[in-house]
Amino acid sequence: MVRSPTVVVTGTSRFIGARVAGRLAADPRVGRVVGLDTATPAPDFADLLRDVDQVRADAGAASGIIADLDASAVVHLAVVSGPDQQYGGRAAMKEQNVIGTMQLLAACQRASGLRKLVVRSSTAAYGASFRDPAVFTEDTEPREVPRGGFARDILDIEAYVRGFRRRRPDVTATVLRFAPFIGSTAETSLTRYFAQPLVPTVFGRDPRLQFVHVDDALEVLHRAVVEDRPGTFNVAGPGVLTLSQAIRRAGRVAVPVLEPGLSGAAGVTRAFGVGRYGFDQIDLFVHGRVVDTSRLIGEFGFEPRSTQAAFDDFLRAHPDGALLAGDRLAAAEQAILDGIRRARATRAGDQRELA
Amino acid sequence: MTVPDRPGDVWDQRVAASLAFLRRRLAGEYEVDEFGFDPELTEGVFLPVLRALYREWFRTEVSGVEHLPVDGAGLVVGNHSGTVALDAAVLTAILHDEHPRHRHLRLLSADLVFRLPFLSELTRKFGGTVACNPDAERLLGGGELVGVFPEGFKGVGKPYSQRYKLQRFGRGGFVSAAIRTGSPIVPVAIVGAEETYPMLANIAPLARILGLPYFPVTPTFPWLGPLGLVPLPSKWLIEFCPPIPTTQFADHADDPLVVFNLADQVRETIQQALHRLLDRRPDPFGR
Repeated sequence: MVRSPTVVVTGTSRFIGARVAGRLAADPRVGRVVGLDTATPAPDFADLLRDVDQVRADAGAASGIIADLDASAVVHLAVVSGPDQQYGGRAAMKEQNVIGTMQLLAACQRASGLRKLVVRSSTAAYGASFRDPAVFTEDTEPREVPRGGFARDILDIEAYVRGFRRRRPDVTATVLRFAPFIGSTAETSLTRYFAQPLVPTVFGRDPRLQFVHVDDALEVLHRAVVEDRPGTFNVAGPGVLTLSQAIRRAGRVAVPVLEPGLSGAAGVTRAFGVGRYGFDQIDLFVHGRVVDTSRLIGEFGFEPRSTQAAFDDFLRAHPDGALLAGDRLAAAEQAILDGIRRARATRAGDQRELA
Repeated sequence: MTVPDRPGDVWDQRVAASLAFLRRRLAGEYEVDEFGFDPELTEGVFLPVLRALYREWFRTEVSGVEHLPVDGAGLVVGNHSGTVALDAAVLTAILHDEHPRHRHLRLLSADLVFRLPFLSELTRKFGGTVACNPDAERLLGGGELVGVFPEGFKGVGKPYSQRYKLQRFGRGGFVSAAIRTGSPIVPVAIVGAEETYPMLANIAPLARILGLPYFPVTPTFPWLGPLGLVPLPSKWLIEFCPPIPTTQFADHADDPLVVFNLADQVRETIQQALHRLLDRRPDPFGR
């Protein structure tokens, strides 16, 4: 950020984008921060975006904007993880993820002053197959084209970044593959899933899950902009929770749903509730997903808090709705133990009297 | 009969321990590693069941435990047999019990296992993972004891007439993994598993329909229904052979000649140990 310290952040109408832009604007190492989004940010983010200039335009217009601003860095966060039925469903999601990235990267390629590109990706890039290794490193290639729309979008996005890297080797390109976000403030389809009292799972499957705390994700994004970290990085909390374990820690009750095989998976989608869970979620709940984060820790010098700690933070913020809370179980355990001890003491007393 | 002063304190402790175990399981307060291995569940539930099986039912005798590394990585390579891969589970349990440090053998299993609901999760919780080089090298690199059966389904699914004849050892991927991580290879011969479910015939068309590598017919299965799943009480002998170091091949992990020679050496060692053990056991169902 030597020449022109202007940073363009896409997706500022959403939670992550607004937080990243707000934090960059507050950093003295960064000059101007411009938010680029098709939508106006929600009023809740007004405070965060106080020092951020908003430009309302789609990625197609990005070319002119990035050139006009002489931006030195672009942070691409306008990636949506699930279809929103209110805003055009899957078609709009793909339009934003794939076409949006393509147009933005085309604009970046033409921007001669650009020095840095940071792209939000996902660990969904590894796909889901029964022959997968247990732990994915950044070099693991997906074995099959994933079924989920989001996972396929992520593969397209990363393919565009690869092309961009080839054509603009002078730009420091960082791709961050995030595990699902969780934390006290995050609101995602996964946090809504764990907030239900009865949680649907796939019959006979107990996937290994990893989360990343939103605050740690923001820290990594921030460092990727103000430092030089070229390459692709997994960003996840070390450690693993199995789905059943997470559900138990949340005090929820699992409801296993039959998985009638690949062809009948649409039936599962219906059972899971129309539009709420797609192939992305089913694949995650069958296969699980664990990544190696040693490259992130080695190069960023930053270790996200563990998956368990991130999940605990989420639970503290959502204390209601737990059916089997830990303290209640502990109380039940003590009550049963006391009962048994009393019963045995009485019997021992009776026997002593007889003797 | 006299009543002790503090009646059955042992029982009080046992009840308290079981309740605490149950509470921890229900509250999710346990640790699982990145492969899905659940040590608490393994030690609390799986191992006691297998212990009863290998001690009482199979009357297993074990030798050569001193050949296993006390700590650090090691690749345990065994012969596979018995229609159902019971030998892998028994080997894991007996190694845990007999090893001075009570180490857990981390099994590498065929990807078919991970396609099946329940079995896949059971395998992971028991410490298993998919047999592939990234997982094998990650476990060995982390200093674990890893168990592998290179014969795969060719071994478990062979007819009874072929018993104790080692099948082909695949591409020897396990040798590359051991060389890359500098881990010693410990061959192990397992006698007894062949007679647990003697496979008399294989209904290939049915196997194809079900997507299985074979559909076994044994003296009890499928004739006796679920009773056919009870293994026959054969006598088991397990021998760990002296370790084969791999560090001298450090630069040849991709050299097919080195890999095949080493795989062959492991195979020969196991085959000879099998013959030795079979001589010691004239009656498969003796005491």
